[in-house]
Amino acid sequence: MATMWTTRLRKSTVEKFEPQDILPDEQPSYVASWIYVFGVLTLASLTVIIITGLWLTTKGVTWWHTSSVGHFVNSLHLWSVELFFVFMVVHLWGKFWMAAWRGRRFATWVTGVIAFVTSIATGFTGYLIQTNFDSQWIGSQAKDGLNAVGIGSFFNTLNTGQATLLHVALLPLVVGAITIWHVILVRRNGVVPPLDANEIAGGAK
Amino acid sequence: MSHKERNVDLAKWSGPKRPYDLVKEFVIALLVVSVLVAGLATLFGSPDQKAVTLQDWAKKAPSDFIATTTGELAGTTISAAYGAPYNDASEGLSLGPLKLQKWAGVTIPVDPKYDFVIEPLAYSKDSAVPIALDQWNGASANQQLTWATDYASAIEKAGDSSKVTSSNAFGPVPAMSAGLLALAQDGNLDGLLTTSDTPYPSDFTKPILFLADGGYLDELGAAQHLHGDQWGMMNETGSYPGQSWLWLFSLWYNVEPFKSSENADAQIFFVLFLLNLGFIFMPKLPFINRLPRLIPIHRLIWRRYYRENNL
Ligand code: HEM
Repeated sequence: MATMWTTRLRKSTVEKFEPQDILPDEQPSYVASWIYVFGVLTLASLTVIIITGLWLTTKGVTWWHTSSVGHFVNSLHLWSVELFFVFMVVHLWGKFWMAAWRGRRFATWVTGVIAFVTSIATGFTGYLIQTNFDSQWIGSQAKDGLNAVGIGSFFNTLNTGQATLLHVALLPLVVGAITIWHVILVRRNGVVPPLDANEIAGGAK
Repeated sequence: MSHKERNVDLAKWSGPKRPYDLVKEFVIALLVVSVLVAGLATLFGSPDQKAVTLQDWAKKAPSDFIATTTGELAGTTISAAYGAPYNDASEGLSLGPLKLQKWAGVTIPVDPKYDFVIEPLAYSKDSAVPIALDQWNGASANQQLTWATDYASAIEKAGDSSKVTSSNAFGPVPAMSAGLLALAQDGNLDGLLTTSDTPYPSDFTKPILFLADGGYLDELGAAQHLHGDQWGMMNETGSYPGQSWLWLFSLWYNVEPFKSSENADAQIFFVLFLLNLGFIFMPKLPFINRLPRLIPIHRLIWRRYYRENNL
């Protein structure tokens, strides 16, 4: 039945995709540049962030101050974050100069921006739960900015318990979900053709 | 070039294709990133400067501790005069007519005079403290204020609390602040400020607010080039990249009119809000969305395609 919610959900999701669209084994010939690698590198860094973050999570917030293994895992987590941001920034500038929002790909751009902003928030809460001098410093500095616009009344940078739960639960869920959505949109729309792509030389039907 | 969406951008690509192994690409990327991360972590590690305690502060900078305690009693410290979300001591910052800070309300109540000084003093073992507290509690608010302000200026004048000649003019304030100093030096105050609400703490608002009211934390931060006007808000201790992606946020604290503005915190948030909106809508902004055409980096990115198709 076309009016059933289940049918509608299937039609607007699963039926929009052919197996070939979800995991294609070929790409348009113009998908040949190093810049395409940066989206995947961002995704790979996010994977390493999640794995090392889960490792820290199983041991608790202060494990890394007293264990040399813990300190190394913390270093892995930190450097995967640094790389993640480097790759993401190269990726987003690449997409800008390719004007990759063309052809109804604006939503891909917007989910990208949201991924960027929520990643910053996630990184920030990570700094707050280091439970060391940096946390004290960053928390006491940043509270003034957040308080000044009223956010501080709901998010207290000095409440380590709150920051911990945000960092390991809510925010990674949001970043993860928005990233999945972002990648699904790319698969759904196909990779944007070059600017001024010639329809005769190899364009649309 | 028309602004209309072109067919070729919208439709499914029907031109030439090439084999592309997405899964293999991802697996290789994951391996490369893992090796890079392991290498960087081994080479550079990560910074971990121990947290400062109230005990450290009281031992290393006792005069600053005494002056700050006196400031809490006089109501002149940052947190005593803060406003929302801690108390009603001020209106807080505003953005023109928007008093967002005030409107968001007092959701994390902190009364520095009581929470940092008077309540913890109940646990003091110094026999002079209960007498001093009685004298303090028995006095009028005006009298309390005069004692505390006079003692604060005497410390400032002498340059160090230990050089202030004792005088009745300060009432019980010297005994109270000395009592709190002793509690802190023994390491008891750290616990008292975190466990006043629950014996199972995960919230460090009170000790860190108190610490940040003094000059000691500030000095430690300055020594680590961590100040906002040293581009430091985004830094972490040592020579690590820190949150370099906050540069656009830090930047504004270093330029006028924000640098000297009382409302900088609120204004900079607003500027960033606008910039982020701009970021989202970049593809829709006139001129900005034409930049990729005007500066043809795409010719480089897709050079093979343009060459092969003589475009
Ligand atoms: C969590 C962070 C992000 C991840 C994991 C990610 C991942 C990806 C991946 C794997 C692709 C497909 C491969 C490629 O074209 O590179 C892609 C495409 C894209 N990304 Fe991102 N991205 C992220 C953030 C961003 C940001 C911040 C923006 C821009 C504001 C952005 C804009 C785009 C656009 C417009 C496309 C479509 C490109 C096309 O159709 O050719 N992404 N992203």
